[in-house]
Amino acid sequence: MSTTKANQPQFQSIDTDDAHAPKFAASALDFLLIELVPLAQRITEQVQARDQALIDEYRRSKVFNGSNNDTTTPTMTEAASEEPKKKPKKGAKPEPTEPTTTLGFPPTTPQTRETMFWRLDSLGYRVGQGLVERFSTGKPRPQTPLDAIKFICKDLWTLVFRKQIDNLKTNHRGIFVLTDNRFQALSRMSVNRRAGKEVVEEGLLRAGMYLYFPSGVIRGALAGLGIEATVTGETAEIPTATFQIKTKGAKV
Amino acid sequence: MASSKVSRVGEEVWKSRIDKINAEVVTLTYGTIVAQLCRDLIVPNTASKTDYTAVNAELDRMGYNMGLRLIEDFLAKSNTGQCTNFRETAEIISKVGFKVFMNITPTVTNWSQDAKSFHLVFEENPLADFVELPDDGRAQEELWYSNILCGVIRGALEMVQMQAEAHFVSDVLRGNDTTEMRVTLVRFIEDEMPPDDE
Repeated sequence: MSTTKANQPQFQSIDTDDAHAPKFAASALDFLLIELVPLAQRITEQVQARDQALIDEYRRSKVFNGSNNDTTTPTMTEAASEEPKKKPKKGAKPEPTEPTTTLGFPPTTPQTRETMFWRLDSLGYRVGQGLVERFSTGKPRPQTPLDAIKFICKDLWTLVFRKQIDNLKTNHRGIFVLTDNRFQALSRMSVNRRAGKEVVEEGLLRAGMYLYFPSGVIRGALAGLGIEATVTGETAEIPTATFQIKTKGAKV
Repeated sequence: MASSKVSRVGEEVWKSRIDKINAEVVTLTYGTIVAQLCRDLIVPNTASKTDYTAVNAELDRMGYNMGLRLIEDFLAKSNTGQCTNFRETAEIISKVGFKVFMNITPTVTNWSQDAKSFHLVFEENPLADFVELPDDGRAQEELWYSNILCGVIRGALEMVQMQAEAHFVSDVLRGNDTTEMRVTLVRFIEDEMPPDDE
């Protein structure tokens, strides 16, 4: 075993990961994680369309529109259906006829993004929980929140993203900020800084979507270690990613 | 390339050029994705009846998009040249492609008469480790759990000028004896010059 380690210094096995475990190419996971974001967008739009169809059907159906509800229900549903239609216009995209953004992607409304966040975050949550369940066996249970966070920075991050978190800051009152200077999901992205403020903002916004899932993983892992927290991921400069963890009862 | 040489290439690349991670991380992530899709894609006008056809299609589509990117990574790492015929392509898919990404080598077998389609038999499938299909009496009939692999093959081959079709014909998860995929070459895509490009 020591010889195999010597041959492959780049894959130093950590405590949680024994060298004989079956392996996958790391890029396979990367490709899979890349696809999660467009998948979430597709599913979100599909579900929204389905709900809209249900609402439309409800409006059409005579059964529910009795004489009593005749005045109230249509206006309510109308308000609900009108709003999402207006929103994309308010976003003031330069070409209203062409439904693409400055970067040539299908546009997302804030509403869609929120649902995507919720979807990817909960997906990550389950993965994080599973990872902790599987890979924290044989390790002493972390006694303090800081121990748990350290487990995430070192062991979990190495397991999934093949490097450790570069910087960990805390106010010692329940808030932790994790910085990864070269986050895997963002490492192949770039933003054209010269193309104007709008393009940069749009680029960072889209890059931020790739942090929804990892945020969920952190949240799930912490939950598995007995800590309730909210996690938000941000990027101000590609490929740096920061994750702010606010544990329950944290004081700012 | 001779078959044994292809295996050697696969082994070599896997050993020396691939950044590796624990397979269970991928298995767990993929399983969570499929489970979530099964909850999200519901047959219209039902409360919780999963539309497995839609799940299969979504997995295939994800795989297709992955394949479009993955082929670049594959060519860069494996350094394999152009295949002389579809038989060689099949060998490369199995002994280099699956080897360097999943560390498995499905068996190529069951060639059709015209040498345009073959079966890949998966003796092992790390994606489906620890997996049980939902016990709703329909998943066993309708869900192709590893359908993402079909999409990957389709997408990757398309990027190297081969339009192909791939689908699973049996899966041990469904209670079949083997896990088998059928891959069929539809046509070679010719480079088309843009009209009147001067």
